[in-house]
Amino acid sequence: MKITVDQDKCCGAGTCVLLAPDVFDQRDEDGIVVLLDAEPPAELHPLVREAASVCPAAAISVSS
Amino acid sequence: MSEVDELPRFPFPADAALEPPAEWAQLRSKCPVAHVKLASGDVAALLTRHEDVRNVLSDPRFTRPTPGDDAARIADSEGGGIYNSDMAEVIPQHGEAHLTWRRGIGKWFTAKRMNALRPGIAVMAEQLIDEMVAKGAPADLKASLGFPLPVWVICDMLGVPDTDRDRFSHWSDTMLSMTRYSAAEMKAAEQEFWRYMAAHIAAKREQPGDDLLSALITDPEPMSDRTLIATGIGLLIAGHETTANMITKMVAMLLSDRSRWEQLLADPSLVRTAVEESLRLDANLGVGLARYLTEEIEIGGVVLPAGTTAMCGMAAANRDEDAFERASEMDLSRSPNPHLAFGAGAHACLGQPLARTELQVVLEVLLRRLPSLDLAVDVEDLRRVEGLVVGGLVELPVRW
Ligand code: HEM
Ligand code: SF4
Repeated sequence: MKITVDQDKCCGAGTCVLLAPDVFDQRDEDGIVVLLDAEPPAELHPLVREAASVCPAAAISVSS
Repeated sequence: MSEVDELPRFPFPADAALEPPAEWAQLRSKCPVAHVKLASGDVAALLTRHEDVRNVLSDPRFTRPTPGDDAARIADSEGGGIYNSDMAEVIPQHGEAHLTWRRGIGKWFTAKRMNALRPGIAVMAEQLIDEMVAKGAPADLKASLGFPLPVWVICDMLGVPDTDRDRFSHWSDTMLSMTRYSAAEMKAAEQEFWRYMAAHIAAKREQPGDDLLSALITDPEPMSDRTLIATGIGLLIAGHETTANMITKMVAMLLSDRSRWEQLLADPSLVRTAVEESLRLDANLGVGLARYLTEEIEIGGVVLPAGTTAMCGMAAANRDEDAFERASEMDLSRSPNPHLAFGAGAHACLGQPLARTELQVVLEVLLRRLPSLDLAVDVEDLRRVEGLVVGGLVELPVRW
């Protein structure tokens, strides 16, 4: 799995960080997403897929 | 005029407090872009499909109506409702200016901050439940817990005394009126709220504290005073009204079929997904979100001309069978759950991590402290709040 995030689209709602804190973080100054791990281990894949599908800004893409 | 008179009136009346009106399913399948008449008499295009609602809300070209637009008015009063208030004019709604405003307060709503707030929210929830239990059953869960908890949280965050809650809750209800208050009452509430917040901000300027408003005031690139005041009012309204209603509706939905409550008691790890599913199935979230179309667009084969006001029916979209399997069923373990209760796109609810945290904590504490919780009235006797743009229940009588 390979993850990319689009910081320009991100609206800083933090949904991804609440779901998968090992993969996503937010910048302290404005809450915009930061990718911690672009290729996370398999056990995190379901949560990452969920984060991508519920991100309100469609800022997370996942390729397999 | 006669054509307008024949249009369906929106919002549709609903017989049951927790159930959707029958019109939603019909519109989704037969008429996904429906012209409807709002409380003001103005016409809007109602969207009910998940894909359409998400696309319009995420479209960066469109935003909430602002007073300068010739948009359909939501409320029946002369002023036209919340979108026509000074607050809507002062907070930047478009492009870069909106992004800058949003990022300035975004750091107060990060997931990290929310996790830090969690223990404090849990202690407050325990305390409110203790007080409710001490007074004895039956109790109104909305007045005892649903309302005071989010008010305390947002007041603490903004550095506003929560003892003023009855005052600003009245101003907030009035400003969110659709049919309940007159234009003069709405204007007066806005002016009083404005004076209150202005005085509060002046005091913070003298003596900054450890809170969001003080931080915005002392920022190296501070907002204008008017923007600060409007932001304070906006956060106070957004932070308590919707969350208070949602806590109440969530508990009502979970207790209305007690097997749901029992499923959660047996497996409290379902709290997170149960909260999302309650948000999705909320049939009473209010009028929905308006978007002013500055350019022509095509939705589901229908061309909407520039100047149209689109009403995004998130609650109808959240029950769309094309987006959710067994959409009308409450599945407490549903995942993923891309519901639109918090909107989508550039304006998606900034407070959603806070709202989620509050809802999760309330549910966890209730399950632990009051496992025998039950409705003290029949579901049929629950009544909706009428006449505001946000939906809720008048009260939630419970026993334990
Ligand atoms: C269950 C509770 C809540 C629900 C259902 C909810 C829903 C929404 C929705 C649907 C929007 C989008 C408005 C639009 O696109 O025109 C929104 C925006 C917003 N919400 Fe919430 N909200 C909730 C709680 C909160 C809380 C606790 C706060 C924190 C103070 C908050 C702050 C905001 C702000 C500041 C915006 C405007 C964002 C922008 O325009 O960029 N909300 N909310
Ligand atoms: S969920 Fe999407 S919008 Fe929210 S912080 Fe993550 S990437 Fe940004």
